[in-house]
Amino acid sequence: MIPASFEYVRAGTIEEAVAALREHGDEAKLLAGGHSLLPLMKLRLATPEVLVDIGRVDAMKGVCETDDGRLAIGSMTTHQDVMDDPLVREHCGVLAEVTAMVGDAQVRHRGTLGGALAHGDAASDLPAAILALDGTFTVEGPDGRREIAARDFFVDYLTTALQDDEVVVEVRVPKLDGDWGWRYEKFSRVSQAWAIVGALGLVKRTNGTIEEARVGLTHMGAVPVRASAVEDALAGNGPDAIADAAQHAADGTDAPSDLNATSAFRQHLARVLTRRALEAAAG
Amino acid sequence: MTNVQITVDGTTYEDEVEPRLLLVQYLRDVLGKTGTNIGCDTSNCGACTVHLDGRSVKSCTVLAVQADGATVDTIEGLASTDGAGGDGDATAGWHPLQRAFHTEHGLQCGYCTPGMIMAAADLLRENPDPSEEEVRHGLEGNLCRCTGYVNIVKAVRTAAAELRGEEVGA
Repeated sequence: MIPASFEYVRAGTIEEAVAALREHGDEAKLLAGGHSLLPLMKLRLATPEVLVDIGRVDAMKGVCETDDGRLAIGSMTTHQDVMDDPLVREHCGVLAEVTAMVGDAQVRHRGTLGGALAHGDAASDLPAAILALDGTFTVEGPDGRREIAARDFFVDYLTTALQDDEVVVEVRVPKLDGDWGWRYEKFSRVSQAWAIVGALGLVKRTNGTIEEARVGLTHMGAVPVRASAVEDALAGNGPDAIADAAQHAADGTDAPSDLNATSAFRQHLARVLTRRALEAAAG
Repeated sequence: MTNVQITVDGTTYEDEVEPRLLLVQYLRDVLGKTGTNIGCDTSNCGACTVHLDGRSVKSCTVLAVQADGATVDTIEGLASTDGAGGDGDATAGWHPLQRAFHTEHGLQCGYCTPGMIMAAADLLRENPDPSEEEVRHGLEGNLCRCTGYVNIVKAVRTAAAELRGEEVGA
């Protein structure tokens, strides 16, 4: 399978990427690692006339600590480099753990954090993780930079709040201070496949009680969602409250039906996986 | 057309390519290096796995223009000789992984083997002594449709032992 013809532009800087997007408008697509876009192009589901390759923009690679005490991860950092990064491992180990479950080794060597997120696929693992972490996106366009909260970034099926001439420059996540536990439970048909449903449980533990719980759900709607009913039911309670709270994991979701699962089965999975994830995270 | 310069198995090539040309097509159709197979062509099966600047990638999901300036290593560059030496040993010069897939019968039709071996080579570089589970997890991006994976896993662990310098039983 061969993609339709396109013009190839390699951006050396963020400014060059933004300028190319501005010039070509909605005929252009950004190419990062290509592991979401190229398969779509080979199936001719996407036929951009111009590809702007940002995979070599060094200013969008690597991890650093920000002045406001968070981690800023360059959007072109590969999944493997996120997993291996000492700052991520020390301060936000949950992101390393979820990233290690994306695709397979070869995919993680090419795919990038920013590319996977900007693709906006609710079946992808990282959007739910960034949502559960209350992460933010730093995006740059012709008028400069702005920050978009994860809860505002994912708008609809494969649709984000990014404008046609904007580039995700970095993703910011908090440093998890205190006694946090986490677990991502992913249910898929075969080991490397997309999640039929995924549930990320993130728990801050204080003296045997759950001070704060967060649950991010993968593939339970057109966008990643938080199971806020579960989160509210757990705050201030002990781990013995998890089983009952997890019964509310599918509340308010709009899970799709497809060849792999009906909506009802997805709701069942969300409840079971949320319970498992939270029990492991609280343990 | 775009000019690319790519070093493949130690030789540097310079070619004019269409931007939509995939790396695996560049290897096979432009360079004639057909050791790397195309399987599913959808980045699932891993048959097309090569090393791009040292890391395993699926070359059906990389554009040749993305590999401009890079080093690509394929199955064809793995053995130190063509193996057809005159000393009576047909496997002379083979990489330990190639030898182990042979001795452990880690293949039937062999179509997935180039990708399996290249994925395993990167896995062993990162983890020289993987458990069975770690091999299975590390090779989850490579599908074999005929043997099952028992002998493949065995072959990777046998090669790992040899690469660590341990005596491998006959």
